[in-house]
Amino acid sequence: MSGIHTLTMPKWGLSMSEGRVNAWLKGLGDPITRGEEIVEVESEKIAGALEAPASGVLRRRLAAEEDLLPVGALLGIIADADVADTEIDAVVAEFLANYVPPSEEEEGGGSVPGKIEVGGLRIRYLKLGAGGEPLILVHGFGGDLNNWLFNHATLAVKREVYALDLPGHGESTKDVADGSLDNLTDVVIGCMDALGIPAAHLIGHSMGGAVCLNVAKRSPQRVHSLVLIASAGLGAEINGDYITGFVAATNRRALKPLLSELFSDPGQVTRQLIDDMLKYKRLDGVAESLDRLAGKLFANGSQQMILAEVPEVFGKPVLVIWGKEDRIIPARHAPKAGGKVRVEILEGQGHMVQMEAANDVNRLMESFLG
Amino acid sequence: MARKITYQQAINEALDQEMSRDPSVIVMGEDNAGGEGSPGEMDAWGGVLGVTKGLYHKHPGRVLDTPISESAFIGAAIGAACNGLRPVAELMFVDFMGVCFDQIFNQAAKFRYMFGGKAETPVVIRTMYGAGFRAAAQHSQCLYSLFTHVPGLKVVVPSNPYDAKGLLIESIRDNDPVIFFENKVLYTMEGEVPEEIYTVPFGEAAILREGDDVTIVALGRMVNMAQEAAEALQKDGIHCEIIDPRTTSPLDEETILESVEKTGRLVVVDEANPRCSMASDIAGLVVRKAFGALKAPIEQVTAPHVPPPFSDVLEDLYVPNAAKIERAVTRVAEYR
Repeated sequence: MSGIHTLTMPKWGLSMSEGRVNAWLKGLGDPITRGEEIVEVESEKIAGALEAPASGVLRRRLAAEEDLLPVGALLGIIADADVADTEIDAVVAEFLANYVPPSEEEEGGGSVPGKIEVGGLRIRYLKLGAGGEPLILVHGFGGDLNNWLFNHATLAVKREVYALDLPGHGESTKDVADGSLDNLTDVVIGCMDALGIPAAHLIGHSMGGAVCLNVAKRSPQRVHSLVLIASAGLGAEINGDYITGFVAATNRRALKPLLSELFSDPGQVTRQLIDDMLKYKRLDGVAESLDRLAGKLFANGSQQMILAEVPEVFGKPVLVIWGKEDRIIPARHAPKAGGKVRVEILEGQGHMVQMEAANDVNRLMESFLG
Repeated sequence: MARKITYQQAINEALDQEMSRDPSVIVMGEDNAGGEGSPGEMDAWGGVLGVTKGLYHKHPGRVLDTPISESAFIGAAIGAACNGLRPVAELMFVDFMGVCFDQIFNQAAKFRYMFGGKAETPVVIRTMYGAGFRAAAQHSQCLYSLFTHVPGLKVVVPSNPYDAKGLLIESIRDNDPVIFFENKVLYTMEGEVPEEIYTVPFGEAAILREGDDVTIVALGRMVNMAQEAAEALQKDGIHCEIIDPRTTSPLDEETILESVEKTGRLVVVDEANPRCSMASDIAGLVVRKAFGALKAPIEQVTAPHVPPPFSDVLEDLYVPNAAKIERAVTRVAEYR
């Protein structure tokens, strides 16, 4: 039965138990190249495209558009043109006979976030994968570990990957001390100590990129390599209206236009995305934390901590990824490529490039990490 | 956010966390410590259905067992609120509220207004409402519209565990009297609730589902039935937008009007009796302020104008359900 590949409902993020088939991007009988986007799926939280796991022909479309299906359910079959229909039918029948939708208890089983004490704070982290050189994912201002939901599992195939909630964010303690970059940096290094990680690859997005740069500056021996995505800390400019607006926004109407700035496709800003952000912003202590960070790091619409020399001085491999249409931090902040610094600018992409162009960004990171 | 707890646990946690944070918060009500035949304090009941269970020993001296005299202890709670405490009084069933209307309507609701805006009455009255519990006409009514009618009161009707916790904390921190309606059938409903403290603001409706064809405005337990109906209707190609006002006073008119301006079709689902209800109030609002957008007559799915029946069969007929909502939405969607 080799050469017959199943397409199944993906699991994006901890809480996803089912997804809706939004649209088929390929027709029945279409030739497919591995890595091509085949079907668009939407969870409660987010929409994304599923990539072909292998090349061949789209031989079956078992899920209809608008179907709501559990994680792991069969969506379609890719096989070479010369594979007999009877063989394909046998694979489908076998799949359906053995498929058990994940139960409530199993949801998130095996990949539940943990909490560690770091300097009196409780820090939430999610570890996926095992072995290899550890990798740590650091989100940006107002984000959390779910910002990596399209990247985390892919990166974790070859190594253990930790995604953190910075202080003041996600489910970590809502205390950012003086709101300085050094404080956030202390916490990341503290997490590495607490988790027993002597050195790691660091991937940072936006403000998290500045944190990773600062870790590399202060403790270069603990960093194998850096991936900086739409990173802060490389230049003075930042969209000050976004920062002020985001800190001040208390309802859907205020938040929606701001979140739309983050994406190249405003359709990504779903009702659920806005609701989740409001839920975060309404936790006690979040407003003060964001206000303090913004005041310290992005005062008067200008970045206060610039570490532009670090990528070169660091002397180890650095990958810089930017969406060309980033409306929060301009792509021209990307350092010059050369030496150990590699720069990839993605056309048409915005600030949340690791989510919107997850498949491309994952490929770049994978080839960089080796 | 992965942690799931019930609606009842969410309310308990809100009380526990606010009591721990703010020493002026107290809880009072019937059977908080002991009911007839119970060992009393050793096995504190935590109210008739155990919603406040565990608080009695955790917050000594701040969970008060009251006599079965609603007019007395609601009056006492209002008085305590005027004097610096933040009492959360539990008035078992909203059906019994009638005996303390003077304290609520004529006193608590009026203080700020009559004393030059200087008086604050930060009292919360928690109460159970709703049919479906086989508890007959005097324990099953859905009376939030009575309180919505009275200026000076804020009225909260959470439909899920997340909102129950956040709205209750907001209620406790609010400086005006709040009537907090808990649907007893929802007590066992599970949902994702943050362990941390958070608030949900008053006067902001939740949009639980987006759609372009028909707007459904639903309250409390009806929200879940509307979701069930909307899921079924989507298979027929009818895309519903579901709006849960969450608080009836203040009411988020803007979100309702915006949605109807998009869909042009409205179904209001309200467990209450239909006359002078939230259903008629919201229908009236839309007719007044979005008449030009309407493409079909507004439908109301409500209980009939009769008391809740004791017979199981009749009670099931009395409460709106997903099938009734589906039929109403279909009629509205197909109207030309």
